[in-house]
Amino acid sequence: MSEWSPSPHELERRRLRRQLRTRSVLIATVMTVVAFVVLTLGITGSPGWASVKEYFFSRDDAREALPAIWDAIWLNIKMFLVAEVFILIFAMLIAMARVSRSPWLVPLRLVAVVYTDVVRGIPTILLVYLLAFGMPALRLGGLPTSAFFWATVALIISYSAYVAEVFRSGIESVHPSQWASAEALGLSRGQCLRHVVIPQAVRRVVPPLLNDFVSLQKDTALASAAGVFEAVFVARDYGNYNFNYTPLVVVACFFIVLTVPLARATDWLSAKYRRRELAGVL
Amino acid sequence: MSELLTVSNLRKSYGERVVLDDVSLTVQQHDVICLIGSSGSGKSTLLRCLNLLEDIDDGIITFDGREISDPRVDAREVRSRIGMVFQAYNLFPHLSVLDNCTLAPRRVHGVRRADAEARALSLLEKFGLADHDAQHPDRLSGGQQQRAALVRALCTSPTLLLLDEITAALDPELVGEVLAIVRAEAEAGMTMVIATHEMAFARDVATSVCFLDQGRILEQGPPAEIFSNPREERTREFLRRVLPD
Repeated sequence: MSEWSPSPHELERRRLRRQLRTRSVLIATVMTVVAFVVLTLGITGSPGWASVKEYFFSRDDAREALPAIWDAIWLNIKMFLVAEVFILIFAMLIAMARVSRSPWLVPLRLVAVVYTDVVRGIPTILLVYLLAFGMPALRLGGLPTSAFFWATVALIISYSAYVAEVFRSGIESVHPSQWASAEALGLSRGQCLRHVVIPQAVRRVVPPLLNDFVSLQKDTALASAAGVFEAVFVARDYGNYNFNYTPLVVVACFFIVLTVPLARATDWLSAKYRRRELAGVL
Repeated sequence: MSELLTVSNLRKSYGERVVLDDVSLTVQQHDVICLIGSSGSGKSTLLRCLNLLEDIDDGIITFDGREISDPRVDAREVRSRIGMVFQAYNLFPHLSVLDNCTLAPRRVHGVRRADAEARALSLLEKFGLADHDAQHPDRLSGGQQQRAALVRALCTSPTLLLLDEITAALDPELVGEVLAIVRAEAEAGMTMVIATHEMAFARDVATSVCFLDQGRILEQGPPAEIFSNPREERTREFLRRVLPD
Protein backbone atom coordinates (compact mmCIF):
# COMPACT_ATOMS: atom_id res chain seq x y z
CA MET A 1 0.00 0.00 0.00
CA SER A 2 1.12 3.50 -0.74
CA GLU A 3 2.19 5.44 2.31
CA TRP A 4 -0.66 7.42 3.76
CA SER A 5 -0.74 9.93 6.53
CA PRO A 6 -3.93 11.23 8.11
CA SER A 7 -5.15 14.60 6.88
CA PRO A 8 -5.39 17.53 9.32
CA HIS A 9 -9.16 17.05 9.23
CA GLU A 10 -8.78 13.43 10.31
CA LEU A 11 -6.38 14.39 13.09
CA GLU A 12 -8.94 16.89 14.32
CA ARG A 13 -11.61 14.16 14.17
CA ARG A 14 -9.44 11.80 16.18
CA ARG A 15 -8.90 14.51 18.77
CA LEU A 16 -12.69 14.94 18.95
CA ARG A 17 -13.29 11.21 19.27
CA ARG A 18 -10.76 11.07 22.08
CA GLN A 19 -12.47 13.98 23.75
CA LEU A 20 -15.86 12.27 23.50
CA ARG A 21 -14.40 9.06 24.85
CA THR A 22 -12.85 10.90 27.80
CA ARG A 23 -16.22 12.47 28.46
CA SER A 24 -17.97 9.07 28.59
CA VAL A 25 -15.32 7.69 30.91
CA LEU A 26 -15.75 10.72 33.14
CA ILE A 27 -19.53 10.34 33.24
CA ALA A 28 -19.19 6.64 34.02
CA THR A 29 -16.74 7.29 36.85
CA VAL A 30 -18.76 10.07 38.45
CA MET A 31 -22.00 8.09 38.21
CA THR A 32 -20.39 5.01 39.77
CA VAL A 33 -18.87 6.95 42.64
CA VAL A 34 -22.13 8.79 43.31
CA ALA A 35 -24.12 5.55 43.30
CA PHE A 36 -21.76 3.87 45.76
CA VAL A 37 -21.58 6.84 48.09
CA VAL A 38 -25.38 7.09 48.21
CA LEU A 39 -25.70 3.37 48.83
CA THR A 40 -23.07 3.36 51.59
CA LEU A 41 -24.55 6.38 53.32
CA GLY A 42 -28.02 4.88 53.08
CA ILE A 43 -26.96 1.64 54.75
CA THR A 44 -24.56 2.93 57.37
CA GLY A 45 -26.94 5.74 58.23
CA SER A 46 -29.79 3.39 59.12
CA PRO A 47 -30.80 3.29 62.82
CA GLY A 48 -29.97 -0.39 63.33
CA TRP A 49 -26.64 -0.34 61.53
CA ALA A 50 -24.54 -0.63 64.68
CA SER A 51 -26.08 -3.93 65.78
CA VAL A 52 -26.20 -5.32 62.22
CA LYS A 53 -22.53 -4.50 61.92
CA GLU A 54 -21.78 -6.33 65.13
CA TYR A 55 -23.77 -9.45 64.26
CA PHE A 56 -22.88 -9.78 60.58
CA PHE A 57 -19.65 -7.88 59.99
CA SER A 58 -17.51 -8.55 63.01
CA ARG A 59 -13.83 -8.75 62.10
CA ASP A 60 -12.86 -10.90 65.07
CA ASP A 61 -15.54 -13.49 64.43
CA ALA A 62 -14.61 -13.61 60.78
CA ARG A 63 -11.00 -14.31 61.66
CA GLU A 64 -11.95 -16.94 64.20
CA ALA A 65 -14.31 -18.86 61.89
CA LEU A 66 -12.12 -18.62 58.80
CA PRO A 67 -10.00 -21.82 59.24
CA ALA A 68 -13.05 -24.04 59.75
CA ILE A 69 -14.84 -22.49 56.76
CA TRP A 70 -11.72 -22.80 54.64
CA ASP A 71 -11.61 -26.53 55.37
CA ALA A 72 -15.33 -27.02 54.82
CA ILE A 73 -15.56 -25.09 51.56
CA TRP A 74 -13.41 -27.75 49.88
CA LEU A 75 -16.27 -30.15 50.43
CA ASN A 76 -18.58 -27.78 48.55
CA ILE A 77 -16.06 -27.43 45.75
CA LYS A 78 -15.58 -31.18 45.51
CA MET A 79 -19.32 -31.79 45.46
CA PHE A 80 -19.82 -29.14 42.82
CA LEU A 81 -17.04 -30.33 40.54
CA VAL A 82 -18.12 -33.97 40.67
CA ALA A 83 -21.80 -33.09 40.17
CA GLU A 84 -21.09 -30.74 37.27
CA VAL A 85 -19.40 -33.40 35.16
CA PHE A 86 -22.25 -35.87 35.61
CA ILE A 87 -24.90 -33.17 35.10
CA LEU A 88 -23.40 -32.13 31.76
CA ILE A 89 -23.35 -35.73 30.55
CA PHE A 90 -26.81 -36.73 31.78
CA ALA A 91 -28.43 -33.47 30.71
CA MET A 92 -27.04 -33.79 27.20
CA LEU A 93 -28.26 -37.40 26.95
CA ILE A 94 -31.73 -36.38 28.14
CA ALA A 95 -31.86 -33.46 25.70
CA MET A 96 -30.77 -35.73 22.85
CA ALA A 97 -33.42 -38.28 23.82
CA ARG A 98 -36.05 -35.55 23.75
CA VAL A 99 -35.18 -34.35 20.24
CA SER A 100 -34.73 -37.86 18.81
CA ARG A 101 -37.15 -38.88 16.06
CA SER A 102 -36.41 -42.58 15.73
CA PRO A 103 -39.37 -44.84 16.54
CA TRP A 104 -36.98 -47.18 18.41
CA LEU A 105 -36.21 -44.46 20.90
CA VAL A 106 -39.81 -43.51 21.72
CA PRO A 107 -39.75 -45.18 25.19
CA LEU A 108 -36.53 -43.31 25.97
CA ARG A 109 -38.12 -40.05 24.86
CA LEU A 110 -41.08 -40.74 27.09
CA VAL A 111 -38.82 -41.40 30.06
CA ALA A 112 -36.93 -38.18 29.36
CA VAL A 113 -40.12 -36.12 29.24
CA VAL A 114 -41.50 -37.60 32.44
CA TYR A 115 -38.13 -37.27 34.15
CA THR A 116 -37.78 -33.55 33.44
CA ASP A 117 -41.41 -32.85 34.31
CA VAL A 118 -41.29 -34.71 37.61
CA VAL A 119 -37.80 -33.82 38.80
CA ARG A 120 -38.12 -30.13 37.99
CA GLY A 121 -41.26 -30.06 40.05
CA ILE A 122 -39.61 -31.36 43.21
CA PRO A 123 -37.76 -28.86 45.41
CA THR A 124 -34.09 -29.83 45.45
CA ILE A 125 -33.98 -29.88 49.23
CA LEU A 126 -36.67 -32.60 49.29
CA LEU A 127 -34.58 -34.69 46.91
CA VAL A 128 -31.62 -34.27 49.25
CA TYR A 129 -33.71 -35.44 52.21
CA LEU A 130 -35.23 -38.33 50.30
CA LEU A 131 -31.95 -39.69 49.01
CA ALA A 132 -29.65 -38.95 51.94
CA PHE A 133 -31.99 -40.42 54.54
CA GLY A 134 -34.03 -42.82 52.40
CA MET A 135 -31.34 -44.67 50.45
CA PRO A 136 -29.20 -45.75 53.43
CA ALA A 137 -32.41 -46.75 55.24
CA LEU A 138 -33.12 -49.30 52.50
CA ARG A 139 -30.12 -51.24 53.80
CA LEU A 140 -29.27 -52.52 50.38
CA GLY A 141 -25.90 -54.22 50.40
CA GLY A 142 -23.20 -52.55 48.30
CA LEU A 143 -24.78 -49.10 48.18
CA PRO A 144 -22.83 -46.30 49.82
CA THR A 145 -24.44 -44.81 52.90
CA SER A 146 -22.55 -41.53 53.14
CA ALA A 147 -24.72 -38.42 53.23
CA PHE A 148 -22.16 -36.62 51.06
CA PHE A 149 -22.57 -39.22 48.32
CA TRP A 150 -26.36 -39.14 48.30
CA ALA A 151 -26.58 -35.36 48.56
CA THR A 152 -24.36 -35.16 45.47
CA VAL A 153 -26.58 -37.66 43.66
CA ALA A 154 -29.64 -35.57 44.58
CA LEU A 155 -28.02 -32.48 43.07
CA ILE A 156 -27.11 -34.39 39.92
CA ILE A 157 -30.66 -35.69 39.52
CA SER A 158 -32.22 -32.30 40.09
CA TYR A 159 -29.87 -30.21 37.95
CA SER A 160 -29.75 -32.69 35.07
CA ALA A 161 -33.41 -31.94 34.49
CA TYR A 162 -32.87 -28.17 34.42
CA VAL A 163 -29.76 -28.31 32.29
CA ALA A 164 -31.39 -30.77 29.87
CA GLU A 165 -34.03 -28.16 29.12
CA VAL A 166 -31.34 -25.55 28.58
CA PHE A 167 -29.62 -27.84 26.07
CA ARG A 168 -32.91 -28.63 24.37
CA SER A 169 -33.79 -24.98 23.92
CA GLY A 170 -30.33 -24.47 22.44
CA ILE A 171 -30.81 -27.36 20.02
CA GLU A 172 -34.19 -26.05 18.96
CA SER A 173 -32.85 -22.55 18.42
CA VAL A 174 -30.56 -23.78 15.64
CA HIS A 175 -32.22 -22.87 12.36
CA PRO A 176 -33.89 -25.79 10.51
CA SER A 177 -31.80 -24.95 7.44
CA GLN A 178 -28.78 -26.26 9.37
CA TRP A 179 -30.48 -29.65 9.77
CA ALA A 180 -31.44 -29.57 6.10
CA SER A 181 -27.95 -28.80 4.84
CA ALA A 182 -26.39 -31.44 7.11
CA GLU A 183 -28.93 -34.06 6.04
CA ALA A 184 -28.37 -33.05 2.43
CA LEU A 185 -24.72 -34.01 2.86
CA GLY A 186 -25.91 -37.50 3.78
CA LEU A 187 -25.33 -37.23 7.52
CA SER A 188 -27.59 -39.34 9.72
CA ARG A 189 -29.80 -37.57 12.24
CA GLY A 190 -27.42 -38.56 15.00
CA GLN A 191 -24.45 -37.25 13.04
CA CYS A 192 -26.30 -34.00 12.33
CA LEU A 193 -26.81 -33.58 16.05
CA ARG A 194 -23.27 -34.54 16.97
CA HIS A 195 -21.34 -32.55 14.36
CA VAL A 196 -23.57 -29.67 13.29
CA VAL A 197 -26.41 -28.84 15.64
CA ILE A 198 -25.05 -29.50 19.13
CA PRO A 199 -21.81 -27.54 18.66
CA GLN A 200 -23.86 -24.49 17.66
CA ALA A 201 -26.44 -25.11 20.37
CA VAL A 202 -23.89 -25.39 23.15
CA ARG A 203 -22.32 -22.06 22.25
CA ARG A 204 -25.67 -20.34 22.41
CA VAL A 205 -26.59 -21.73 25.81
CA VAL A 206 -23.32 -21.00 27.58
CA PRO A 207 -24.76 -18.02 29.52
CA PRO A 208 -27.86 -19.85 30.88
CA LEU A 209 -25.67 -22.89 31.50
CA LEU A 210 -23.37 -20.77 33.61
CA ASN A 211 -26.42 -19.49 35.44
CA ASP A 212 -27.35 -23.03 36.41
CA PHE A 213 -23.82 -23.85 37.53
CA VAL A 214 -23.54 -20.80 39.73
CA SER A 215 -26.84 -21.86 41.20
CA LEU A 216 -25.48 -25.39 41.67
CA GLN A 217 -22.41 -24.09 43.50
CA LYS A 218 -24.69 -22.38 45.97
CA ASP A 219 -27.07 -25.33 46.25
CA THR A 220 -24.22 -27.52 47.50
CA ALA A 221 -25.20 -25.79 50.77
CA LEU A 222 -28.39 -27.89 50.72
CA ALA A 223 -26.24 -30.85 51.70
CA SER A 224 -26.15 -29.31 55.18
CA ALA A 225 -29.79 -30.40 55.46
CA ALA A 226 -28.56 -33.99 55.33
CA GLY A 227 -25.93 -33.30 57.96
CA VAL A 228 -22.97 -32.91 55.62
CA PHE A 229 -20.43 -30.72 57.36
CA GLU A 230 -19.97 -28.23 54.51
CA ALA A 231 -19.28 -24.48 54.68
CA VAL A 232 -22.78 -23.18 55.41
CA PHE A 233 -23.27 -25.84 58.08
CA VAL A 234 -19.99 -24.82 59.70
CA ALA A 235 -20.94 -21.14 59.59
CA ARG A 236 -24.38 -21.77 61.05
CA ASP A 237 -22.85 -23.96 63.71
CA TYR A 238 -20.48 -21.16 64.69
CA GLY A 239 -23.39 -18.70 64.76
CA ASN A 240 -25.42 -20.92 67.05
CA TYR A 241 -22.59 -21.23 69.55
CA ASN A 242 -21.34 -17.65 69.49
CA PHE A 243 -24.45 -15.65 68.62
CA ASN A 244 -22.67 -14.04 65.73
CA TYR A 245 -23.49 -14.59 62.06
CA THR A 246 -20.40 -13.05 60.48
CA PRO A 247 -19.25 -16.50 59.24
CA LEU A 248 -22.30 -16.62 56.95
CA VAL A 249 -21.05 -13.43 55.28
CA VAL A 250 -17.61 -14.99 55.00
CA VAL A 251 -19.11 -18.03 53.26
CA ALA A 252 -21.01 -15.71 50.91
CA CYS A 253 -17.70 -14.06 50.02
CA PHE A 254 -16.17 -17.46 49.30
CA PHE A 255 -19.03 -18.33 46.94
CA ILE A 256 -18.64 -15.02 45.12
CA VAL A 257 -14.92 -15.55 44.72
CA LEU A 258 -15.66 -18.99 43.26
CA THR A 259 -18.20 -17.82 40.70
CA VAL A 260 -16.67 -14.60 39.39
CA PRO A 261 -13.71 -16.18 37.55
CA LEU A 262 -16.08 -18.68 35.94
CA ALA A 263 -18.35 -15.87 34.72
CA ARG A 264 -15.42 -13.89 33.28
CA ALA A 265 -14.03 -17.01 31.59
CA THR A 266 -17.31 -17.77 29.83
CA ASP A 267 -17.75 -14.10 28.78
CA TRP A 268 -14.31 -14.24 27.23
CA LEU A 269 -15.10 -17.52 25.50
CA SER A 270 -18.38 -16.31 23.97
CA ALA A 271 -16.74 -13.07 22.84
CA LYS A 272 -14.06 -15.10 21.11
CA TYR A 273 -16.58 -17.27 19.26
CA ARG A 274 -18.55 -14.19 18.25
CA ARG A 275 -15.50 -12.45 16.87
CA ARG A 276 -14.49 -15.50 14.90
CA GLU A 277 -17.88 -16.32 13.43
CA LEU A 278 -19.31 -12.87 12.82
CA ALA A 279 -16.10 -11.31 11.52
CA GLY A 280 -17.52 -10.50 8.09
CA VAL A 281 -20.98 -9.46 9.22
CA LEU A 282 -20.27 -6.57 11.53
CA MET B 1 -30.02 20.69 -8.71
CA SER B 2 -28.20 20.75 -5.43
CA GLU B 3 -25.67 18.52 -3.78
CA LEU B 4 -27.32 16.11 -1.38
CA LEU B 5 -24.30 14.03 -0.47
CA THR B 6 -20.60 14.53 -0.98
CA VAL B 7 -17.76 12.21 -0.15
CA SER B 8 -14.22 13.47 -0.33
CA ASN B 9 -11.00 11.53 0.09
CA LEU B 10 -12.73 8.82 2.11
CA ARG B 11 -10.49 6.15 3.57
CA LYS B 12 -11.54 3.05 5.45
CA SER B 13 -9.35 0.21 6.62
CA TYR B 14 -9.77 -2.84 8.77
CA GLY B 15 -6.42 -3.11 10.51
CA GLU B 16 -3.83 -3.40 7.77
CA ARG B 17 -6.34 -4.01 5.00
CA VAL B 18 -7.35 -0.80 3.23
CA VAL B 19 -10.90 -1.24 1.94
CA LEU B 20 -11.58 2.26 0.66
CA ASP B 21 -8.77 4.49 -0.51
CA ASP B 22 -9.21 8.15 -1.40
CA VAL B 23 -12.80 7.80 -2.59
CA SER B 24 -14.58 10.97 -3.69
CA LEU B 25 -18.16 11.14 -4.90
CA THR B 26 -20.85 13.75 -5.34
CA VAL B 27 -24.54 12.91 -5.35
CA GLN B 28 -26.98 15.54 -6.58
CA GLN B 29 -30.63 15.52 -5.68
CA HIS B 30 -32.52 12.98 -7.89
CA ASP B 31 -29.27 11.28 -8.90
CA VAL B 32 -29.13 7.51 -9.22
CA ILE B 33 -25.52 6.46 -8.70
CA CYS B 34 -24.69 2.85 -9.48
CA LEU B 35 -21.56 1.37 -7.94
CA ILE B 36 -20.20 -1.54 -9.96
CA GLY B 37 -17.12 -3.67 -9.51
CA SER B 38 -16.16 -7.15 -8.42
CA SER B 39 -16.85 -8.53 -4.96
CA GLY B 40 -14.53 -7.07 -2.38
CA SER B 41 -13.97 -3.87 -4.32
CA GLY B 42 -15.48 -1.84 -1.48
CA LYS B 43 -19.02 -1.15 -2.74
CA SER B 44 -20.79 -2.38 0.38
CA THR B 45 -18.32 -0.77 2.74
CA LEU B 46 -18.83 2.56 0.99
CA LEU B 47 -22.59 2.31 1.52
CA ARG B 48 -22.10 1.37 5.16
CA CYS B 49 -19.84 4.38 5.64
CA LEU B 50 -22.48 6.68 4.13
CA ASN B 51 -24.99 5.41 6.66
CA LEU B 52 -22.47 5.86 9.51
CA LEU B 53 -22.53 2.14 10.21
CA GLU B 54 -18.72 2.23 9.97
CA ASP B 55 -16.30 4.73 11.45
CA ILE B 56 -14.14 6.13 8.68
CA ASP B 57 -10.39 6.56 8.87
CA ASP B 58 -10.07 9.74 6.85
CA GLY B 59 -12.03 12.03 4.58
CA ILE B 60 -15.25 13.96 4.84
CA ILE B 61 -18.87 12.97 4.21
CA THR B 62 -21.48 15.70 4.00
CA PHE B 63 -25.22 15.15 3.80
CA ASP B 64 -27.68 17.95 3.15
CA GLY B 65 -24.95 20.55 3.56
CA ARG B 66 -23.65 19.29 6.90
CA GLU B 67 -20.61 17.18 7.71
CA ILE B 68 -21.92 13.88 9.08
CA SER B 69 -18.50 12.31 9.55
CA ASP B 70 -18.06 14.58 12.56
CA PRO B 71 -18.07 12.40 15.71
CA ARG B 72 -20.41 14.86 17.42
CA VAL B 73 -23.16 14.28 14.87
CA ASP B 74 -26.10 12.23 16.11
CA ALA B 75 -25.91 9.17 13.87
CA ARG B 76 -29.53 8.24 14.53
CA GLU B 77 -30.75 11.59 13.27
CA VAL B 78 -28.77 11.11 10.03
CA ARG B 79 -29.94 7.53 9.58
CA SER B 80 -33.54 8.52 10.12
CA ARG B 81 -33.31 10.42 6.84
CA ILE B 82 -31.45 7.71 4.92
CA GLY B 83 -33.05 4.41 3.90
CA MET B 84 -30.99 1.27 3.47
CA VAL B 85 -31.79 -2.12 2.00
CA PHE B 86 -29.46 -5.07 2.43
CA GLN B 87 -28.58 -8.04 0.26
CA ALA B 88 -30.02 -10.53 2.76
CA TYR B 89 -33.28 -8.52 3.27
CA ASN B 90 -32.71 -8.39 7.04
CA LEU B 91 -36.42 -8.28 7.80
CA PHE B 92 -37.22 -8.90 11.46
CA PRO B 93 -38.54 -12.48 11.59
CA HIS B 94 -40.60 -11.98 14.74
CA LEU B 95 -42.69 -9.17 13.23
CA SER B 96 -45.32 -9.33 10.52
CA VAL B 97 -44.58 -7.56 7.24
CA LEU B 98 -46.75 -4.66 8.30
CA ASP B 99 -45.07 -4.36 11.70
CA ASN B 100 -41.67 -4.47 10.00
CA CYS B 101 -42.76 -1.51 7.90
CA THR B 102 -44.28 0.56 10.72
CA LEU B 103 -41.59 0.01 13.35
CA ALA B 104 -39.37 2.96 12.40
CA PRO B 105 -42.16 5.40 11.48
CA ARG B 106 -43.82 4.78 14.84
CA ARG B 107 -40.81 4.50 17.13
CA VAL B 108 -38.33 6.85 15.45
CA HIS B 109 -40.52 9.36 13.64
CA GLY B 110 -43.39 9.42 16.09
CA VAL B 111 -46.07 8.74 13.49
CA ARG B 112 -49.38 7.54 14.90
CA ARG B 113 -50.09 3.84 14.43
CA ALA B 114 -53.07 4.36 12.14
CA ASP B 115 -51.17 6.76 9.89
CA ALA B 116 -48.07 4.57 9.76
CA GLU B 117 -50.18 1.54 8.85
CA ALA B 118 -52.11 3.44 6.21
CA ARG B 119 -48.89 4.54 4.52
CA ALA B 120 -47.32 1.09 4.79
CA LEU B 121 -50.41 -0.59 3.39
CA SER B 122 -50.62 1.78 0.45
CA LEU B 123 -46.94 1.16 -0.36
CA LEU B 124 -47.33 -2.60 0.08
CA GLU B 125 -50.28 -2.54 -2.27
CA LYS B 126 -48.41 -0.44 -4.80
CA PHE B 127 -45.62 -3.00 -4.84
CA GLY B 128 -47.86 -6.03 -5.08
CA LEU B 129 -47.76 -7.19 -1.47
CA ALA B 130 -51.31 -6.23 -0.57
CA ASP B 131 -52.26 -9.69 0.70
CA HIS B 132 -49.09 -10.32 2.66
CA ASP B 133 -49.11 -7.57 5.26
CA ALA B 134 -50.16 -9.89 8.11
CA GLN B 135 -47.70 -12.64 7.24
CA HIS B 136 -44.30 -13.13 8.80
CA PRO B 137 -41.30 -12.63 6.49
CA ASP B 138 -40.20 -16.25 6.43
CA ARG B 139 -43.49 -17.15 4.74
CA LEU B 140 -42.65 -15.03 1.69
CA SER B 141 -40.50 -15.76 -1.34
CA GLY B 142 -37.12 -14.05 -1.63
CA GLY B 143 -38.47 -11.53 -4.10
CA GLN B 144 -41.42 -10.73 -1.89
CA GLN B 145 -39.16 -10.36 1.13
CA GLN B 146 -36.88 -7.97 -0.69
CA ARG B 147 -39.86 -5.94 -1.90
CA ALA B 148 -41.09 -5.81 1.69
CA ALA B 149 -37.62 -4.64 2.78
CA LEU B 150 -37.80 -1.88 0.15
CA VAL B 151 -41.20 -0.84 1.43
CA ARG B 152 -39.82 -0.82 4.97
CA ALA B 153 -37.06 1.55 3.85
CA LEU B 154 -39.50 3.77 1.94
CA CYS B 155 -42.03 4.03 4.74
CA THR B 156 -39.97 6.67 6.52
CA SER B 157 -39.85 8.83 3.33
CA PRO B 158 -36.04 8.97 3.27
CA THR B 159 -34.18 11.69 1.38
CA LEU B 160 -31.59 9.18 0.23
CA LEU B 161 -31.87 5.47 -0.42
CA LEU B 162 -28.88 3.12 -0.21
CA LEU B 163 -29.30 -0.27 -1.87
CA ASP B 164 -26.64 -2.88 -1.19
CA GLU B 165 -26.74 -5.57 -3.91
CA ILE B 166 -30.40 -6.09 -3.20
CA THR B 167 -30.92 -8.59 -6.01
CA ALA B 168 -27.78 -10.65 -5.47
CA ALA B 169 -29.56 -13.32 -3.44
CA LEU B 170 -32.54 -13.65 -5.80
CA ASP B 171 -33.05 -15.93 -8.74
CA PRO B 172 -33.30 -14.19 -12.12
CA GLU B 173 -37.07 -14.47 -12.31
CA LEU B 174 -37.49 -12.53 -9.09
CA VAL B 175 -34.86 -9.91 -9.85
CA GLY B 176 -37.21 -8.16 -12.24
CA GLU B 177 -39.99 -7.58 -9.73
CA VAL B 178 -37.59 -5.98 -7.27
CA LEU B 179 -35.83 -3.85 -9.85
CA ALA B 180 -39.21 -2.62 -11.14
CA ILE B 181 -39.74 -0.96 -7.76
CA VAL B 182 -36.31 0.62 -7.81
CA ARG B 183 -36.95 1.86 -11.32
CA ALA B 184 -40.28 3.36 -10.28
CA GLU B 185 -38.61 5.11 -7.35
CA ALA B 186 -35.89 6.46 -9.66
CA GLU B 187 -38.50 7.84 -12.01
CA ALA B 188 -40.31 9.41 -9.08
CA GLY B 189 -37.14 11.32 -8.32
CA MET B 190 -35.71 9.37 -5.36
CA THR B 191 -32.02 9.94 -4.85
CA MET B 192 -30.22 6.60 -4.65
CA VAL B 193 -26.80 5.06 -4.34
CA ILE B 194 -26.94 1.48 -5.54
CA ALA B 195 -24.31 -1.24 -5.35
CA THR B 196 -25.27 -3.72 -8.03
CA HIS B 197 -24.22 -6.51 -10.34
CA GLU B 198 -27.16 -5.89 -12.68
CA MET B 199 -25.38 -4.15 -15.55
CA ALA B 200 -28.42 -3.83 -17.79
CA PHE B 201 -30.32 -2.19 -14.96
CA ALA B 202 -27.44 0.16 -14.20
CA ARG B 203 -27.24 1.16 -17.84
CA ASP B 204 -30.96 1.98 -17.89
CA VAL B 205 -31.51 3.69 -14.60
CA ALA B 206 -28.24 5.24 -13.48
CA THR B 207 -27.47 8.88 -13.97
CA SER B 208 -23.89 8.03 -13.22
CA VAL B 209 -21.89 4.81 -12.87
CA CYS B 210 -18.82 4.36 -10.68
CA PHE B 211 -16.44 1.50 -11.28
CA LEU B 212 -14.73 0.49 -8.04
CA ASP B 213 -11.54 -1.52 -8.03
CA GLN B 214 -9.52 -2.38 -4.94
CA GLY B 215 -11.14 0.32 -2.87
CA ARG B 216 -10.81 3.14 -5.39
CA ILE B 217 -13.25 4.70 -7.81
CA LEU B 218 -11.29 3.95 -10.94
CA GLU B 219 -13.70 5.49 -13.36
CA GLN B 220 -16.96 7.43 -13.16
CA GLY B 221 -19.29 8.73 -15.84
CA PRO B 222 -22.70 8.47 -17.45
CA PRO B 223 -23.67 4.86 -18.15
CA ALA B 224 -23.46 5.30 -21.91
CA GLU B 225 -19.82 6.29 -21.59
CA ILE B 226 -18.79 3.69 -19.00
CA PHE B 227 -20.49 0.78 -20.74
CA SER B 228 -19.67 1.60 -24.37
CA ASN B 229 -16.41 3.40 -24.14
CA PRO B 230 -14.61 2.86 -20.83
CA ARG B 231 -11.38 4.75 -20.39
CA GLU B 232 -9.54 2.28 -18.17
CA GLU B 233 -8.27 -1.10 -19.26
CA ARG B 234 -9.33 -2.58 -15.88
CA THR B 235 -12.93 -1.42 -16.46
CA ARG B 236 -12.95 -2.94 -19.93
CA GLU B 237 -11.69 -6.23 -18.52
CA PHE B 238 -14.39 -6.26 -15.82
CA LEU B 239 -17.16 -5.46 -18.30
CA ARG B 240 -15.94 -8.13 -20.70
CA ARG B 241 -16.35 -10.67 -17.94
CA VAL B 242 -19.77 -9.61 -16.69
CA LEU B 243 -21.49 -8.57 -19.90
CA PRO B 244 -22.70 -11.15 -22.41
CA ASP B 245 -21.07 -10.80 -25.87
